[in-house]
Amino acid sequence: MSDPVKNLMDIELDGHKVQVEPGSMVMHAADAAGVYVPHFCYHKKLSIAANCRMCLVEVEKAPKPMPACATPVTPGMVVRTQSEKAKKAQQAVMEFLLINHPLDCPICDQGGECQLQDLAVGYGGSASRYTEEKRVVFHKNVGPLISMEEMSRCIHCTRCVRFGQEIAGVMELGMLHRGEHSEITTFVGNTVDSELSGNMIDICPVGALTSKPFRYSARTWELSRRKSVSPHDSTGANLVVQVKADKVMRVVPLENEAVNECWIADRDRFSYEALNSDARLTEPMVKQGGQWQTVSWQQALEYVADGLKRIKAEFGVSSIGALGSPHATVEELHLLAKLVRGLGSDNIDHRLRQSDFTLQAGGVRWLGMPIADLSTLDRVLVVGSFLRKDHPLFAQRLRQAARRGAHINRLGSSGDDWLMPIRQTLTTAPAYWVNALAAVAIAVAQAKGVAAPVAGIEAGPEATAVAQSLLSGQRAAVLLGLAAEQHPQATGLLQLANFIGQHTGARVGFLGTAANSVGAQLVGAQPQTGGLNAGQMLSQPMKALLLFNVEPELDAADGAASKAALAGSGLVVAFTPFRDARVENADVLLPISPFTETAGAFINAEARLQAFQGVVKARGQTRPGWKVLRVLGNLLGLEGFEQETVEEVRAQALGDLSTLAARLSNAAQGLPAMTAASAAGLQRLSPVPIYSSDALVRRAPSLQATRDAKPPVATLPADLWARLGLNKGDRVRVTQAGVTVVLGAACDDTLASDTVCVPAGHPDTAALGAMFGALTVEKASGV
Amino acid sequence: MGQRLDLSRFQAQGQESCFHGKHIQPQIYAGLNGSNWSLKDYEARGGYAALRKILGQDGGEGMTPDAVIADVKLSALRGRGGAGFPTGLKWSFMPRQFPGQKYLVCNSDEGEPGTCKDRDILLHNPHAVIEGMAIAAYAMGISVGYNYIHGEIFEAYERFEAALEEARAAGYLGRNIMGSSYSFQLHAHHGFGAYICGEETALLESLEGKKGQPRFKPPFPASYGLYGKPTTINNTETFAAVPWIIRHGGQAYLDVGKPNNGGTKIFSVVGDVNAPGNFEIPMGTPFSKLLELAGGVKGGALKAVIPGGSSAPVLPASIMMDITMDYDAIAKAGSMLGSGAVIVMNDTRCMVKSLLRLSYFYQHESCGQCTPCREGTGWLWRMVDRIERGQGRMEDLDLLNSVADNIQGRTICALGDAAAMPVRGMIKHFRDEFVHHIEHKTCVVPAYV
Repeated sequence: MSDPVKNLMDIELDGHKVQVEPGSMVMHAADAAGVYVPHFCYHKKLSIAANCRMCLVEVEKAPKPMPACATPVTPGMVVRTQSEKAKKAQQAVMEFLLINHPLDCPICDQGGECQLQDLAVGYGGSASRYTEEKRVVFHKNVGPLISMEEMSRCIHCTRCVRFGQEIAGVMELGMLHRGEHSEITTFVGNTVDSELSGNMIDICPVGALTSKPFRYSARTWELSRRKSVSPHDSTGANLVVQVKADKVMRVVPLENEAVNECWIADRDRFSYEALNSDARLTEPMVKQGGQWQTVSWQQALEYVADGLKRIKAEFGVSSIGALGSPHATVEELHLLAKLVRGLGSDNIDHRLRQSDFTLQAGGVRWLGMPIADLSTLDRVLVVGSFLRKDHPLFAQRLRQAARRGAHINRLGSSGDDWLMPIRQTLTTAPAYWVNALAAVAIAVAQAKGVAAPVAGIEAGPEATAVAQSLLSGQRAAVLLGLAAEQHPQATGLLQLANFIGQHTGARVGFLGTAANSVGAQLVGAQPQTGGLNAGQMLSQPMKALLLFNVEPELDAADGAASKAALAGSGLVVAFTPFRDARVENADVLLPISPFTETAGAFINAEARLQAFQGVVKARGQTRPGWKVLRVLGNLLGLEGFEQETVEEVRAQALGDLSTLAARLSNAAQGLPAMTAASAAGLQRLSPVPIYSSDALVRRAPSLQATRDAKPPVATLPADLWARLGLNKGDRVRVTQAGVTVVLGAACDDTLASDTVCVPAGHPDTAALGAMFGALTVEKASGV
Repeated sequence: MGQRLDLSRFQAQGQESCFHGKHIQPQIYAGLNGSNWSLKDYEARGGYAALRKILGQDGGEGMTPDAVIADVKLSALRGRGGAGFPTGLKWSFMPRQFPGQKYLVCNSDEGEPGTCKDRDILLHNPHAVIEGMAIAAYAMGISVGYNYIHGEIFEAYERFEAALEEARAAGYLGRNIMGSSYSFQLHAHHGFGAYICGEETALLESLEGKKGQPRFKPPFPASYGLYGKPTTINNTETFAAVPWIIRHGGQAYLDVGKPNNGGTKIFSVVGDVNAPGNFEIPMGTPFSKLLELAGGVKGGALKAVIPGGSSAPVLPASIMMDITMDYDAIAKAGSMLGSGAVIVMNDTRCMVKSLLRLSYFYQHESCGQCTPCREGTGWLWRMVDRIERGQGRMEDLDLLNSVADNIQGRTICALGDAAAMPVRGMIKHFRDEFVHHIEHKTCVVPAYV
């Protein structure tokens, strides 16, 4: 943001002259001067509470000591943070904080990384003057992630409360009662269900909120801290992976203001449990005579190489294909694509959930802006997204923008609460999203006096309101979510988004599927010369299919079709860290490293290349994917598989990094052909539940114990719910493409009519088939 | 603490506390008999003449908002809620040109132990508050007001609602009051009885429907008040004093009291007196005169007085008998006029037990938001409790002072100060009694009655 004239103000702090912006607090001035003022409740990302009183400092001419966090600077102000008066006030507050705080540091999980413990050394007395009885606060159970076992330790700073209200968007923790009976708790014993909840553990300055999966497993000083990058959503959140004896013990955020700020989602934080799970595949395996046999790497790779050679000779290369996960690294996807192409095939893809492949040409699809710009947008239209669960940290940034007055508009079938004020919601069944977006485009065209992009559609008042909103801003964006990307008319949505962007000045972006979706496109992990795409490879039996960290039944746009296609396929090779990988008809399981056990790089939604190193030794015979592919390339006698280091692979994969930006584009020519909206029965809407989104989270026990990981239910709009005569607790038979499953049912009156929300990516619903499409629902009898 | 109180004692007995006819030059309580609260009676006493005057009714030329504020400044009316801030000055802080909504709030959350003056105003002269608020709103360009009434006084709330209905029906509230261009909507809100909601920013939080916890200041309510809008908050008695000032002029009001302490003040004289009640007397009246009005000390000789509600430091009889009842004189004597509750204690009162009651109150009513008050009030109470139970140590006296010192001036709101000051006052003036308790594990007074 440009900020041409800053009227900086001079103040004096501990004898230093400090220049600060008007409106800043004394705390900011101290930060600028490099002076540490002790504090607990103050947090730079949260509103100011001024309740802990630890940051009391002396301000000249003020009769009382003032809290640095909440005292605005004034010109010529003289502040003393170390004076007798300030010190005395700080020591007094420390004494008060400690009188009721248990002195249980030796058995406290926060011991060694506790703000109260640290500051007590500097400001506390060596003995207590308090001889009365200490307060006891009852423990609470708030779910599988946050432990609130020792709430007597709470110092009532309300950071967790403010985090909920301001960052997560939902006040799950609050302060009950009054005075010394105050306690932090959830409303009537509810669990804490926010997808960002783990951050409360980080910001809790004492050992009141601790990590349930981690607690009592290691001491902070025993842990090595290693940088890494989250392999889950397209944010590419920066991580500190904490390691003891070659085991990942916990994951916390690495602050990066441009990417994840100081937050990570619970998915980023707790998925590490899967790395240590018993489900890990530790040796290569080959199925012989219907039985899995443990084999050496040599045997396994020779088996694969022989098979590929034979199939190539017998059936031709067009019968060989590969699918790579967008959660795989740049290097892995590059070598996978190179291997397939080396064999002479172009059958390579990573877009497993995509169903519209008509727009082959074009640039690399990306966010269309830096991630940090999401926080400063003032007008946004989000199309087809389960924003909060798909992109928790992007949602958080847009929430902050909304708090500052940005208009957030959404187009989709609703059914999920983003926990932020929504300016205008355009709700319609998935089949009509293109029509709804076209209506916005037409309203934009009308307002700008240009020719309407498509005919046959009326812009109603709601579409006009969205258009007016976008036109009234300085920094607007049209963001296409995962459902928009996976939609059968994804191309049409992109074309219309481009039209709207062109005439409103809004930037057009894709929120992006996974940690390395942009990287996958950049390294060419999709057909370039007419090869088969993911949809084609998973709807027809292939003679040989390499599945790199992919569980087609759960990861594909049509799980049922994938399963059927795989059942009829020839050689199916699964590169996976897990021996229970859901790969139908697999012949070979090759244990590849998860992100913590390999070096590599991800390119996130904003096209930021983030390289990382392995943080622990590979489990058993597990090997980094890039090395496995390299050796396989050698065994197949292909050229270009001589790399010694991962950096070498990366350099080959990405070429000249300075041209990276030029390869990005969300432009799309043309406009969709419109069909009139007609009643076509019930349609499926498919979110992928946040803890079903990839192989790692599916195996993280604590995440699987959360509310978000509850078995999927069919959510029905209120009119359909009434029509079927359903009551709470009823189950429904959902039938799609001839397959029926019985699911629990829920009613959501925000859901578009004729829309039934049936989550994908979960074994319970995998048999149903495509994520979009017609289905029928009836009340399940006798259940 | 201890056995349960018999609540029936606190129910209305028909002996109202302001109909004794012993007021001196009364303005607010003048002519009240308990059945003449309604609009027509108020008008018969000259009510709403001030509002008619500023709006130029009855042939007058009216008063500009600036003229109203100037008159109130001249009157030296000071806030009757406890802090004694000059009312006219406060009104002049309101950014009148601010384009958005502005609010006027009346603080009727009378919760200070010993104080019951506002209750009687709301019950027996509610239109004085309504008229005062209408005048204040006019002076500050405000169109919406709220009266936040303490949660434990039900009749007063109902009475005020009834008075509001009368005022609306008569055109003293609402749109285009008496045909002028001035509009003012006034609503009553019934609180829930938390002491802390008498703190003005906690009151605003509560009025907004949130947990009643004070806000950090700055920003002050004048710039960021109710719903974040500029807001002026005054006490019930302050508003009730305004119509008299406008009718008779600021100078006349000032002449009733002392310089810098204009007008009359209502004192709630409670404790060991023969005739407890509310007494409206000119500022600057000697304490001895007030004590006489209340029938003198009951059951013994005068030992001590808490002159301004439970938050004020106690003063011994020797000091009290020499001072006059006004802001400046009481402050000079080391206490404060506060809310005007005069708690009289005779020589059978144990000061340790008295302080225990006060300290219990403050630890119970602390909102728990900021550290020194949340932790410190409980610490003070437990120490005093220990001394009262005969388990005190001599070093506890210095520790009590030290903890009180560490609370005072370090908290978000004044409750911390209010909890600390009685402790310091008691130990300052009655240290011997505490020492006796610690040494002999018993009271210095013969028996607590």
